[in-house]
Amino acid sequence: MARIIAGVAASHVPAIGAAIDNRRTEEPYWRRVFSGFEKSKEWMAKTKPDVCIAVYNDHASAFSVEIVPTFALGCAAEFPPADEGWGPRPVPVVKGHTELAAHIAQSVILDEFDLTVVNKMEVDHGLTVPLNLMFGSPEAWPCPVIPLAVNVVLYPPPTGHRCFMLGRAIRKAVESYPEDLRVVVFGTGGMSHQISGPRAGLINSKFDKAFLDNLSKDPKKLARMPHIEYMREAGAEGVEMVMWLVMRGALDDKVDEVYRFYTVPASNTAVGHIILENRPRTLPRRSAAPKRSARKAPAQRAAARAKPAIVRGRR
Amino acid sequence: MPRERHDYDDIPGTFVFDQERSRQGYGINMFCMSLMKEENRKAFKANEAEYLKKFKLTPAQTEAILKRDYNRMLELGGNIYFTAKLGATDGHSFQHLAAVMTGSSQEDYAKMMLGGGRSVEGNRSRSGKFAAGKPARAAKRAKRNKKTGAAKPRSKARSKSRAKRG
Repeated sequence: MARIIAGVAASHVPAIGAAIDNRRTEEPYWRRVFSGFEKSKEWMAKTKPDVCIAVYNDHASAFSVEIVPTFALGCAAEFPPADEGWGPRPVPVVKGHTELAAHIAQSVILDEFDLTVVNKMEVDHGLTVPLNLMFGSPEAWPCPVIPLAVNVVLYPPPTGHRCFMLGRAIRKAVESYPEDLRVVVFGTGGMSHQISGPRAGLINSKFDKAFLDNLSKDPKKLARMPHIEYMREAGAEGVEMVMWLVMRGALDDKVDEVYRFYTVPASNTAVGHIILENRPRTLPRRSAAPKRSARKAPAQRAAARAKPAIVRGRR
Repeated sequence: MPRERHDYDDIPGTFVFDQERSRQGYGINMFCMSLMKEENRKAFKANEAEYLKKFKLTPAQTEAILKRDYNRMLELGGNIYFTAKLGATDGHSFQHLAAVMTGSSQEDYAKMMLGGGRSVEGNRSRSGKFAAGKPARAAKRAKRNKKTGAAKPRSKARSKSRAKRG
């Protein structure tokens, strides 16, 4: 059985991609940003997922205003990097996982999430920047990635609640896939930023930190937040944080926060990042458990709780 | 028909790219999209007004594009991810566009970002409904979390919040 083991959220600021591509990551300005992801790369190298599902948004690259799908699942075998006006980013082609993607589409559509299935799609910085942040710049991405593009450009984007529930449906789909796969879900975008109009440059660290806290501990509260609150408090484009709720919905209710990083700014945006792990499921669960495993479970939970203290970066 | 009023119209300095603007600004955004191709960029630069005739634009939209009035383009239905392609065609960085839209120099804008960005205080609403000193829900929540976290050991804070929920 496939299983979602963890969720990762990360901003996808295009300037981060440009800094990587132009080899400027060692400049003090960029060092501040990239240093926050060193632990994350270690975590990723240790976690070695078999597949990632990356929730992201396209920025007028694959989708113009001609077609605007609310949720589009990438079911293709590969997704080349898009030319965003400066030539395609020099990053590896993203390889999909056609079998799992097909299985997810089949499952979540019958669960009443009317996805658009995309069999030909280029992917822009929205997807490739978080991959860089978590995997570095390898010759080839270490595992297949299934893109899930969410419309957050044309208002209204799907509600936070809808995103959260889609995450739930994805979890159900993954858990009914017969092959033993360990899956990590990415939520990307954010954090607070406004890049349009006279109010451009808005940053709200208080909002961002509360968002991270609730993402970890009380995501259902976040799922109730209306779009207006994102836009007013975290900037017109800050509403893209609803995508993090797809990731969170795909995780269990109780998770362990293993790492967090936050810094301002990268270009025009607050950079936020969090890694949440599902707790190991001890079998059988709850009442019928034999004494030995029942005794073991609290110890495991305690061990899991202890982790954040070791690796948590600056907040 | 006048524009329907929405809750987000109360946010100052912000043009939300909604369905009505998308309808209105289709030509602007398709024009910007065309600039993804080198031959189109050349054709546009060679004769801007002539090139724009290929798209369904109102005189106001055409004028905003020719004058590079980015805020007006947003108001008339342009979307920032699309209009940024026009900026790139002109050889401008995104921060340059952001500075232009906020009416400041690029240097001042970059300085503001380095200093932590534009504060939300005083920038929440036109009506004053969410003015400074009256923090919105999220900020209040953050404050409360901080307080309970600092004053009490973790386990107690947790049981307290549980009791509240129950």
